[in-house]
Amino acid sequence: MNLRKIILKELLERKKQFLTSFIAILLGIIVIVAVKSVSSSSEKAVAIQLDNLGANILVLPQTTNIDNYYAADINAPEMPEDYVNRITNSTIQGVDNMSPKLSARMKIDNYSLVLTGILPKNELASKPIWQTAGFTDPGLQAACDPNSIMNKSRGYKDPKLQRMAIDSLGKYDCLAGSDVVSKLGLKEGSGIKIKGTEFKIVRVLPQTGTVDDGRIFVHLRTAQKILGKGRVVNAIEIMGCCSAISEGLLGKLRNILPDTKITTINHIVQTQVKTNNTMEKFSLIFLIIIILVGGISIGNYMWSNVEERKKEIGSLLAIGASPKDIYYIFIGKALILGLIGGIAGYFLGSLAGMILGPQIAGVKVLPIPFLFIWAIVIAVGISVIASYLPARRAAKLDPALILQEI
Amino acid sequence: MIKIENLSKTYNSKRDAILALSEVTLSIKSGEFVSIVGPSGSGKTTLLLCMGGLIHPSRGKVTIGGDSIYDLDIKKRAIFRLRNLGFVFQTFNLIPYLTALENVQIPLALAGITDGKQSEKAAELLEKVGLTDRLDHKPRELSIGQQQRVAIARALANEPKIILADEPTGNLDPDMTRETVSYLKLLNQTGITVVMVTHNPGAAEYSQRRLRLVEGRLIE
Repeated sequence: MNLRKIILKELLERKKQFLTSFIAILLGIIVIVAVKSVSSSSEKAVAIQLDNLGANILVLPQTTNIDNYYAADINAPEMPEDYVNRITNSTIQGVDNMSPKLSARMKIDNYSLVLTGILPKNELASKPIWQTAGFTDPGLQAACDPNSIMNKSRGYKDPKLQRMAIDSLGKYDCLAGSDVVSKLGLKEGSGIKIKGTEFKIVRVLPQTGTVDDGRIFVHLRTAQKILGKGRVVNAIEIMGCCSAISEGLLGKLRNILPDTKITTINHIVQTQVKTNNTMEKFSLIFLIIIILVGGISIGNYMWSNVEERKKEIGSLLAIGASPKDIYYIFIGKALILGLIGGIAGYFLGSLAGMILGPQIAGVKVLPIPFLFIWAIVIAVGISVIASYLPARRAAKLDPALILQEI
Repeated sequence: MIKIENLSKTYNSKRDAILALSEVTLSIKSGEFVSIVGPSGSGKTTLLLCMGGLIHPSRGKVTIGGDSIYDLDIKKRAIFRLRNLGFVFQTFNLIPYLTALENVQIPLALAGITDGKQSEKAAELLEKVGLTDRLDHKPRELSIGQQQRVAIARALANEPKIILADEPTGNLDPDMTRETVSYLKLLNQTGITVVMVTHNPGAAEYSQRRLRLVEGRLIE
């Protein structure tokens, strides 16, 4: 026999009273875990979609007119390439990769094409054009967190490798879009003269149906040289972690690059932000409800329990229990109530999320281990806090009033 | 052994103050069997609970075996009760969801005795009060007399020097009353000091000395 056994025996004896409070806390935890599981999976799903688009932020000179997100760099004014370093050297979190570009529209044999200078190793592997060109693993997916399981599972020891679309591009090598080669009658291995400089087409890029089909990609340094420009670029494509975008990455970038125009795939991000915000509000509302309903229910149950057990408390004090022992009996009971509610709530909530996730958010939901700790902390916290006053009252009960036959 | 000096206790309610004990002074020797009698509301239970270290008196001093018990802090007083005192109540106050054996184990558990030794000692005590075949019965499965015997076994668990019994025969029939008081007398003959609050003149006759309380004052 010990205090723990006394608590358990009492719980088993008065199961029905215990059950009401237990259900209150259990239901609350189930709903919160289910909502959190679905919203978290939804956020991840949208994040992956955004990441797969390649760059989701564009840094452009202030006066650029943005009609087409993917063609905004063409004939845009110029800005210093040093802006890349400015971002790199800042403390801003959530910039996953940067790809500076210098583009210029020009005509070759009356065909209007776009010459684009790139830094090959900085190109985003996840951009459709590089994936379809076979430069990278076709199933490659990037993730916000370079240490994510998704990246690790693909065997990338260095998470930066997953960003590298093109390992190298020679000084006079070029990659030609499908429209360029078809209009100019070129093929892989052909030579092409651009602004008086002879280039070799090392790869013909497959058709993507985008403005990239009309581009010729050369090394950024070469492009800067043949266009007679210094260390300037028209655009910096940034792959920003979507959660960082939600948390104000754009504003932070604007602070360090005040004379630029920074834009993003607004509608996608806004939808995601809106969904996430709704889910967050939903979680918060349920959290408040569980604190109120669960807390009141447990508190009420504990008050009644103390009243009901007054004689027992008096006897225990007379036998030799200290007020602290009495306090532990009630707080211990609250701890067990919260612990069981938290554990059961986590498993049932995860199950509910797995069943409802595909139906309400169209995403596959898997249990989130972190929520296990979270559910227990919330359930135990509410239970113990709600039981604090009743337990204190029990510990301070006057034996004379309990055992009185004055 | 038990020395009470100028003990007063006032209960303060919202409306008024009730004087439960007034300037009570008495002394009980080690090994004595003392009964406290008096009408309802005369302060008998208050006096007993004051002796047991359960009610802080408004004034006065309670000394047991040289220890002024209200000069001890709450924790030390609980330990003092655990080691030196055994309580028996009119309504037995057994824990309803524990078996007879487990009820007797509680004081042993509070004293830090291991599970195995607790069971052994509790079974031995219940055997002494004739309840060997009722070890695993809960209070509701026992007769009134059997419940009182469990309560006595529980009071004896930590081999107390003093038994404080509050109307131990109040709920018992005449046969059970005789049996219970005889048992207390038997315990007293082993050297245990017994202080018994009672309404029952017959029960009081078993004691060596009778103290009478009227309106909180000791009159004989």
